[in-house]
Amino acid sequence: MTGDYASGGLVFKESLLWEKGKKGRMAFSMPLSDVPVAEALPPAMAGDGPDFPDLSELEVVRHYTRLSQWNYGVDSGMYPLGSCTMKYNPKIHEKLAALPGFATAHPLLPESLSQGALGLMFELQEMLKAITGLDAASLQPAAGAHGELCGMMLFDACFKARGEKRTKIIIPDTAHGTNPASAALCGMKPLSLRSGPDGILHAEDVAALMDENTAGIMITNPNTLGLFETNFAAIAAIVHEKGGLVYCDGANMNAVMGYVDMKRMGVDVVHFNLHKTFSTPHGGGGPGAGPVCVTRELEPFLPVPRVVKKDEEFALETDFPGSIGRLHAFYGNFGVLLKAWAYIRTLGDDLKRVSELAVLNANYIRESLKDEYNLAYEGICMHECVFSDKGLKALGVTTLDVAKRLIDLGFHPPTVYFPLVVSGSLMVEPTETESVEELNRFIEAMKRIRKEAESEPETLLQSPSRTVVGRLDETGAARNPCLCGGM
Amino acid sequence: MKEIKDLVVPDNLSYTDAHEWMDKEAVPSRMGITDYAQDQLGDVVFVELPEPGTRLEKGEVCATVESVKAVSEIYMPVSGTVSAVNTELEDRPELVNSSPYGDGWILEITADDPAALLSLMDHGAYLDMLKGL
Repeated sequence: MTGDYASGGLVFKESLLWEKGKKGRMAFSMPLSDVPVAEALPPAMAGDGPDFPDLSELEVVRHYTRLSQWNYGVDSGMYPLGSCTMKYNPKIHEKLAALPGFATAHPLLPESLSQGALGLMFELQEMLKAITGLDAASLQPAAGAHGELCGMMLFDACFKARGEKRTKIIIPDTAHGTNPASAALCGMKPLSLRSGPDGILHAEDVAALMDENTAGIMITNPNTLGLFETNFAAIAAIVHEKGGLVYCDGANMNAVMGYVDMKRMGVDVVHFNLHKTFSTPHGGGGPGAGPVCVTRELEPFLPVPRVVKKDEEFALETDFPGSIGRLHAFYGNFGVLLKAWAYIRTLGDDLKRVSELAVLNANYIRESLKDEYNLAYEGICMHECVFSDKGLKALGVTTLDVAKRLIDLGFHPPTVYFPLVVSGSLMVEPTETESVEELNRFIEAMKRIRKEAESEPETLLQSPSRTVVGRLDETGAARNPCLCGGM
Repeated sequence: MKEIKDLVVPDNLSYTDAHEWMDKEAVPSRMGITDYAQDQLGDVVFVELPEPGTRLEKGEVCATVESVKAVSEIYMPVSGTVSAVNTELEDRPELVNSSPYGDGWILEITADDPAALLSLMDHGAYLDMLKGL
């Protein structure tokens, strides 16, 4: 087997639902209505029904089955989408989530009938505390950016309680774009902090920005370049000295589980992306979960309700007067929490091994491709490695062309053009999921593309050619989006 | 992508290291992004403009340009007040690509201190910087 997974085999064409079926066809029989016909609606509220197509069950099943075959997921092949951590989602999670006691639980059931679900949430809180070294946790935030927002609200509440008003926050130029947005929602103005030529932050640059009007700093560690912020503790000390707080964007926790004690590193709030680090299905916009862990000082402000253990019973407690309030309907995305709990319980101490393998795999790719592609930063990386387009430009091809060509060879493209501090960046995150054979196939495909860029750049420029649709007009889609079907 | 020799860098404008240009001869001064910047960004699909009358410090974000590749922030070349914005870009963001120094201008700025414009790069210095990239 070579580094070329895609075949030229049978792919079904499929038309829109509106172009299929026949007037009067239907998938099931509605029972006759036994409800008396209502009086006529006011004309303003009446009108024609929606233009639904008339289809049989088989037509609908084939339609969606064919569309699903055009798709690409981590169950089809390697999905090295840097920053997104597209690791394999073990099927045992689905089995546990489908247990009737969980699947049919209703959030309005009394606590006495929800002990299993509450117990699981309590245990997950304890596990997240153990993994970070921090003192308290909330499972409410529904995604990473929601966790960031929660963190910034906690900062804000803490300064209010201290009788202070701080209006600025330091955010590195490598941060996720949601960081400044979360801070701005809490009335803090982001101050941009440039990373050094080595891709990491330096204490003296933070010292120059940090003052008594600055709430603190938001740092992603490992950062979005896949590098460990080795000056983190020194930076945290500078921030704390001026009374500030340290937020760690824990989106990349996958790389450091069991190796980094967030509390000792100086973190006041950290969020998890459970859907990334603990392998719950994500992509296509959800669902996620972004729990936060905090220090003792920030605990009184955590969202309510909080899952607590009283004697041997689990309960939802709302009596925390300092709380920032409720952040999510009911108690968060429970299905995601359950699958993350299952992942942690399955692996136990081997979570450490997860991080080891994620880092090893990324470094294997970095080392194997460093002669073909320009490394944005020298040296050991963490869970992902970043290449720049230096060397490609002269051949007349772009990072996008490389990514599109990878599709033709049967791999999902890596993340491209992020982080912004790297020209034409191409960010590969293999995760711990992939075997060395699979990594070798990916490396072989990347090397082949580099050769093609020199010998036959047209192949890259015209890719993908094996997909149902070829190169998409991204500009046209952005400038003149057509969001209606069957028009 | 364009070669350095194919880039248009007018000699009557001033430049920043973040690839903004500014017209130092007019008051208020127009500013926009350079040919190099628009070429790097690719097709621009959206430009977010500030409210006229906003006062901003040098280096603060004054506009956002979104291309199919990325969202990029545009920084104030000097401290001053936004006196006008190019509303034409709301419907025709592609002007930033087709005419970066002309119809694709982004803001007009009344500088707090007109002398601050003298601290920006001239076209020779900017070209030298591009060659070093």
